[in-house]
Amino acid sequence: MFRTLFAALSLLAMPAIAEEVTTFTLDNGMDVVVIEDHRAPVVVHMVWYRRGSADEPLGQSGVAHFLEHLLFKATDNMASGELSEVVAANGGSDNAFTSYDYTAYYQRVAADRLPLMMQMEADRMVNLRLTPADIATERDVILEERNMRVENNPSALAREQMMAAQYLNHRYGVPVIGWKHEMESLELEDALSFYDLYYSPNNAVLVVAGDVDPAEVRSLADQYYGVIPPEENLPERLRAEEPPQTATRRLTFVDPRVSQPYLARSYLAPERDSGDQQKAAALVYLAEMLGGSPFSSALGVALQFDTQLAVYTGAGYDADKLDDTTFSLSVAPAEGVALSEVEAAMDAAIAEFFASAIDAARLESIRTQLRAGQIYARDNVEGLANRYGAALSQGLTVQDVQDWPAVLEAVTADDIKAVAAEVLDTKRSVTMWVAASEGDLK
Amino acid sequence: MIRFIAAFVVGFIAIAARADVAIQELTTPSGINVWLVEEHSIPFVALEVNFVGGTALDEAGKRGATNLMMALIEEGSGDMTAQQFQAAREALAATYEFDSYDDGVTISAKFLTENRDQAVALLAQAINQPRFDQDAIDRVRGQVLANIASSAKNPNRIAGEAFYSAAFGDHPYGSDDSGTVETVNALTQDDMFTAHRNALVRSRAYVSVVGDIDAEAVGPIVDQLLAGLPEDGPALPDHVDFGLKGGVTVVPFDIPQSVALFGQAGLKRDDEDFFAAYILNTILGGNGPQSILMEEVREKRGLTYGIYSYLVPKDHAEMWLGSVASANDRMAETLDVVMDQWARVATVGVSQEELDAAKTYLTGEYPLRFDSNQAIAGIMVGMQVEGLPVDYVIHRNDYINAVTLEDVNRVAREILDPEALHFVVVGQPVGLETTE
Repeated sequence: MFRTLFAALSLLAMPAIAEEVTTFTLDNGMDVVVIEDHRAPVVVHMVWYRRGSADEPLGQSGVAHFLEHLLFKATDNMASGELSEVVAANGGSDNAFTSYDYTAYYQRVAADRLPLMMQMEADRMVNLRLTPADIATERDVILEERNMRVENNPSALAREQMMAAQYLNHRYGVPVIGWKHEMESLELEDALSFYDLYYSPNNAVLVVAGDVDPAEVRSLADQYYGVIPPEENLPERLRAEEPPQTATRRLTFVDPRVSQPYLARSYLAPERDSGDQQKAAALVYLAEMLGGSPFSSALGVALQFDTQLAVYTGAGYDADKLDDTTFSLSVAPAEGVALSEVEAAMDAAIAEFFASAIDAARLESIRTQLRAGQIYARDNVEGLANRYGAALSQGLTVQDVQDWPAVLEAVTADDIKAVAAEVLDTKRSVTMWVAASEGDLK
Repeated sequence: MIRFIAAFVVGFIAIAARADVAIQELTTPSGINVWLVEEHSIPFVALEVNFVGGTALDEAGKRGATNLMMALIEEGSGDMTAQQFQAAREALAATYEFDSYDDGVTISAKFLTENRDQAVALLAQAINQPRFDQDAIDRVRGQVLANIASSAKNPNRIAGEAFYSAAFGDHPYGSDDSGTVETVNALTQDDMFTAHRNALVRSRAYVSVVGDIDAEAVGPIVDQLLAGLPEDGPALPDHVDFGLKGGVTVVPFDIPQSVALFGQAGLKRDDEDFFAAYILNTILGGNGPQSILMEEVREKRGLTYGIYSYLVPKDHAEMWLGSVASANDRMAETLDVVMDQWARVATVGVSQEELDAAKTYLTGEYPLRFDSNQAIAGIMVGMQVEGLPVDYVIHRNDYINAVTLEDVNRVAREILDPEALHFVVVGQPVGLETTE
C-alpha cells in the first residue's frame, strides 16, 4: 500500500502548509516513512528498532545500549568501524541512540549516497560478527560513558533514584545505560540474543527524510531491506505494568557535590496512545501553565516574581512513551530558603491553580506558540524524522503524528482542569529533596 | 534606499550533490552590512546578530557585567516590565535569544511572516530601550550566582578555570566571564547601562537574515533594530600569549572519573597555515570515531567514551586544545597515550591516505551544513565575524584541497609539541601529580 499523506496545518492566518510524508510497508513487514524536504541536497537515513532498555531481560540492564555500541563493529562484509569510515569518506556523519522504547541508527549524508547507506545499514541488521575482544573493550567504553554521564553527576544519580522510586514494577525504573553492577557482567551471548531476536525488518521502522523521491526510496528499500527475511518468532511486546500507586513516596538524596539544593516531584501520567491523544495534549498545556515560562507560569509567577523564594521553577511532561509516563515539577530554592518552605509554596501555587479559572489570554498564547512550533519544526528535517521514528516505535501511527497538531489545537480549559485533577494526586506522587548535606534537608 | 552592493549566486559541488545558496550582500540606509538568503518555502525568518567585543570588554572590577546585562535584555524594556515583555513575545510566538561569550554578544531571533512587524518592533525595543529594573537585576543575579556555585562543583568547569587562569592570568580570557560571587554581588544598575553601551555598538555589528523576506524589506528592519545604537565602543583587549608551559596540574576532586583539559599554543584564523592545521586537527582528534586519538584511546584500549581535539583561534589568543575523561585509575595511561600520539604525529606526520580521507570528509561535509534557515544564518554571521567574503563558500573546498601532505606534516613538525602540552586533570587520578 503506497499512501501519500499531506499533513495540512492551519496556521494563524497563514495559508495552509504541508510537510509531505509518504508511508508504506515492505513485504517483510518493515515500515517505511519518507519525509520530503528539497531545500538542500541532504538526506537523513534512520532505522529504528522497536525495542529499548525497557525490553531487556532481567539482570541485563544496559544490554540494548551495549548492543548499540557493538553495531559499529565488524560484519561479514565490513571491518570494525568501516561503516562510520565510509560515511565520513562520503562527507556524512552517523551515530545511534538508545532509549527506553527504541534503539535507532542514523546517517546524514548527501542525498545521492542513500543507496550506500541502505546497503550498510541492512548489512548490519543481520551480519554482525562480534568477538570476545570487542566485548571486553566496548564494555570498558560504556562503563566510562556511565562514569561521565552519571557517576560524575549528582543530579543524574538522583534522577536514577527518583525513577526507581516512581516505577515499582515497570522497567522505566531502570536506567537506560544500565545499573553499573549489571553492565560489568554483560557478555557476548547477552548482546547476541537481543540482536538475533529483535534486529529484524518486521521489528524496524525506516525513516528517510530530505531531498528524496518516495518512489525511488521504495525501490531502494525493497532492494536492500526487502530481501531480509522477517523474524518469525518475534515475541509480542509484553512489559510488566505498573500497579496503581496508592501511597505517597518521598526520598532524599545527599551528595557533597550538589551545589544548588532542589526538589523534584513526579506523578504517573498517561502518555500519547494511538487514536487517544486528548489527555496527553491537555497535559502538554498543563505543563506550560504550571512551569513553562518563568515569567508567566503558575510556579514561575508565584515563586520567582510574586515572591523570590526560588531561583528556578519548571514543569515537564514526557508525552512520548509506550507505557505510563510521568508529569514532573522541579523547584530550586533561593539562597537561605528551606526546601520545606519552597515545597509548601509550590503546593500552595498548585492549589491556587485548581481554585482559579484558567486565564483565557494565557491559554490562547500557549495555543499560538504550539501552532507556531509546527512552522519552526519544518526548518529541521532531522527533527521531523525523529518525531515519526519515535512515534512509530512507541505504538503510534503516522496518522496519530499528523493528527497531533489538531488534537493540541482543540484543547479547552475544561480539558486542562480535568486532566490536572486526575494526574496531580499526591497519592500518585514521588517527591525528592536533593542537597549537599543532611543539614540542608529541612 | 538600500544600496545593493553585490548579489552572488553561490553554487558549489559536493561529492556528487549540488547545493545552491544565493547570498545577497546589502547595506542598510544607515550603513549596516547585512547578508541575506531568501527562502520563501516556510513562513518565518531567522535573524542573527553578532557584536564583536563580548565579555572581554568587562571593565576592571566588573567581571560578569556583560554576561548579566545580556541576560537582562529580555527582562523588561520600554514601558514593559519583564512579565509584560514576555507575555507580548509569547503572544507573537517569536523567539529571541540573547547570549554572550568572550569575543562577542549575540542575538538570535525567529519570527513568523504573519506578525513580522510586531515581532521586530518588540525586539527593537529590547535592544534599544532595556530598563534594567532593580528587581529584575536582583532576580537574574540570583540565577547567575546559582550558576557560579554550580560551576565550582562541576569538574569540567573546574578544569577550565584552572587551565585558563594559568594560561592567561589577568587578561579577560584568564577568568570565567560569569564573574565571581563578589563581583556579581557588587554590580549595579549603572554598570548594566555601561555594559550595554560598550557591547552593543553599530560599527561592530554583523547581521545575517534567512527566510521568508526580500531585500527591500530587510534594510529598514535591520535599521529599526540597530541604527539607534552608539556608533563605537571602547578599545578591544590586547593580544595575549598562551602562557602555560608543558606539564601536569592535578586539581583534587572527589569523583570516580577524572576529567582532563589539555593544550598548547595554536595559530590565528588568518594564518596562512590555518587550513593545513585544520586538516591536521581533523585527523588527530577532530573527526570523532575516525580520529587518531579516538582510535588509540577508545577503540583500542577502551580508556574513555570520547576524546577530542580542537583548534581555538580566539580574537586575541590562539590555542590547540583537547579533552578526555577516564576512570581515576586509568587517566595516567590515557595521558601517556595522548603524549605518545602527539609526539608521533609531530615527528612522523600523517599519511597520504589519512590526508585524503580527511579532505574527502571535510569537502563532502561542508555543503551539508547549509540545510536549514537557522543553520545558514549562523554560518553567515560566523563568516562575517571572521572577515570572510561572500564567495568564500564557493572557494572553501578549494582551499582544503590545495593543502599538500608536505604542508600538513610541516605544520605538525612546527606546531605540535608534546613538551609544550599542559594537562589539567580534575579528580583523584592514580599515579599523577602536579609537575613543577
